Amino acid sequence: MTLHPTSPDFKDNAHRALHDPELQKALGHVQHGFIYKRQSAVERLPEFENLREAARDLKNHVLQHLDLYLETYERNVTAAGGQVHFARTSAEACETIVNICKSHGAKSVTKGKSMVSEEIGLNAAIEAAGMQAVETDLGEYIIQLRGETPSHIIAPAVHLTKEQVEGDFRRVHTHLDDARDLSEPVQLLTEARGVLRQKFLDADVGITGANFLVAETGSSIIVTNEGNGDLTQSLPRVHIVIASIEKVVPTLEDASLLLRVLARSATGQDMSVYTTLSTGPRRETDPDGPEHYHVVLVDNGRSAMLGTEFEDMLRCIRCGACMNHCPVYHAIGGHAYGWVYPGPMGAVLTPSLIGVEKGGHLPNASTFCGRCESVCPVKIPLPKLMRHWREREFERHLTPAVQRYGLKVWAFFAKNPGLYSLATRAAMTTLAWLGREKGRFASLPLAKGWTEYRDLPAPQGDTFQAQWRKRQRETRR
Amino acid sequence: MSTTPARPRVGLFATCLVDLFRPSIGFASAKLLEEAGCEVLVPPQTCCGQPAFNSGDKVTARDLALQVMDAFSGCDYIVAPSGSCTGQMVKHFPELFDEPQLAMRARAFAAKTFELVSFLTDVLKVTSVEATYEGRVTYHDSCSGLRELGIQSQPRKLLASVQGLELVEMNENDVCCGFGGTFAAKYGEISDTIVTKKTANISDSGAPLLLAGDLGCLMNMAGKITRQGKEIAVRHVAEVLAGMCDEPPIAGPGKTRK
Repeated sequence: MTLHPTSPDFKDNAHRALHDPELQKALGHVQHGFIYKRQSAVERLPEFENLREAARDLKNHVLQHLDLYLETYERNVTAAGGQVHFARTSAEACETIVNICKSHGAKSVTKGKSMVSEEIGLNAAIEAAGMQAVETDLGEYIIQLRGETPSHIIAPAVHLTKEQVEGDFRRVHTHLDDARDLSEPVQLLTEARGVLRQKFLDADVGITGANFLVAETGSSIIVTNEGNGDLTQSLPRVHIVIASIEKVVPTLEDASLLLRVLARSATGQDMSVYTTLSTGPRRETDPDGPEHYHVVLVDNGRSAMLGTEFEDMLRCIRCGACMNHCPVYHAIGGHAYGWVYPGPMGAVLTPSLIGVEKGGHLPNASTFCGRCESVCPVKIPLPKLMRHWREREFERHLTPAVQRYGLKVWAFFAKNPGLYSLATRAAMTTLAWLGREKGRFASLPLAKGWTEYRDLPAPQGDTFQAQWRKRQRETRR
Repeated sequence: MSTTPARPRVGLFATCLVDLFRPSIGFASAKLLEEAGCEVLVPPQTCCGQPAFNSGDKVTARDLALQVMDAFSGCDYIVAPSGSCTGQMVKHFPELFDEPQLAMRARAFAAKTFELVSFLTDVLKVTSVEATYEGRVTYHDSCSGLRELGIQSQPRKLLASVQGLELVEMNENDVCCGFGGTFAAKYGEISDTIVTKKTANISDSGAPLLLAGDLGCLMNMAGKITRQGKEIAVRHVAEVLAGMCDEPPIAGPGKTRK
């Protein structure tokens, strides 16, 4: 894996995130903006719930016939004059892309936002081959200046405040006037736009991701709000689309179904500002477009998920609604998850792609509140899939020893109601007596994980079952 | 159940937390059910198995599911004062069994199992309760009840019938309190951040009493509220609906402890 995961250090990552005041300030926007906007968009579209079901069914259909649609897609890309490359691993995908760039003598490569390119570590591979990779999505551009990875799949720089971005621009854009005013977001945007304009014009190769690949036409579709994708793919001589294999849909009509749920779930827009289709290289009659058109289809562990209990995860259309609605994401942000994909979708996908030995914390770090599943546009049962990972961990004895032991002792009593009654009555009456004045414990041996942060309410006295039986006996008398 | 028997035999699944920490919720539940014309049974019981299920220990979860189904086999209905444990029995028991016979049994069990307040309103068609509570309260929608079982309007409907009670909604009443079962202990620091946001919303509502339908969430919020020194009492919604608020609130100082 090109990007070194820090997911095994999840707890330390989370601790640092919780004590990072700038991050905590930035995260305030996620908790409120995205949720309210999505809710309003959904309320404006009465058939939204039906669309979610149709979107789920469509993606399930595609996953059952993935080979058929990928072959159809490839045939139609070729017919349009493009070329499709299949890459089994990150390394193969990077190698393929670097070779295409080299064969065209590229020096500068522009990129539209693509999470799969983050997954395979594409920028590092391009730079290692002596070329420059320039991110053109504003958020991606900012984090590239900072040497960071995205903390959110649709808002890569959501962990930053505008003051931090201003500092980065002043540090990097040294050719501009020091006295310029950058206090407003629009001024930051204008500056980035100006700097990037020349990069677009200089680029030899443009790389974009794809939200959907349309089998019937061989088209790829991207949605952006900045139009950077259009400039990335239409100005350079070579356009490379990089997409994971599950992005394919049968028809344009199917793509439009998914587009109807995508932006609403993501940003609360009815549609993203730009929805751009690209089909093959420039034709003779086209006013512009690339001379060469390549598609690199990345598997990188996905086909191994087909037919398993994690197949549902391949329905994901990367809208980010799950993390926007996740109380854990709200608390710690995306970087704490330690790899490319954060939040609930990352908690399921990361162990699938980098192994549960490394990603094992993520499916455990959820309260199972179910809000992610309730907003997922393709109805992925995220808590259930996280639980499946917990089952795999338990089966393979990866669950922490303390937890396993605790569970074992508890299960022994829970499965023996007679013993359970004796033990719990003794314990509860003792605890009730100890806590009789305050009604709570500020600390208690064996309950440190709880009492470090909150009091433990004291029990009232004897157990309910014992009191109930006593009451029954008294009534009968 | 196609028709409701004249005097249905309702097995009260108290939940392990109520059994151990707050029996008064069990008695309040029994009172509400009896007043609504049910015969209440309390078969010997331990736990629904959710802690094992959510820790990935499916074998123990299955054993406990079978134990619960056996214990309550003579009941017309099974009712629990918890959306979370009810969610386990209704939504997850059927997922635990691949064997056709057992799966069928789990589905039949799930079909007659209900969360307390929604059982009163949706099955028994109770529209009001005989209770008085003078003052303002705020209500937290616990996640499993809300999202697995669709419980939202039911407690509010019955609370509206309590004499003197005024419900003031807090902001983000449908957002998790950070409990999450073993999550609260395993990821205590994250859980703490989530519950701290929750108690701020509770305070901002201005209500001196917090209600919810799940003791796990209530113990988490009450424990944080007392740790922060806030003057807000915490109770299970059944205590107010049954008019049984004489016991000290959750984590509150004792008076007549046995």
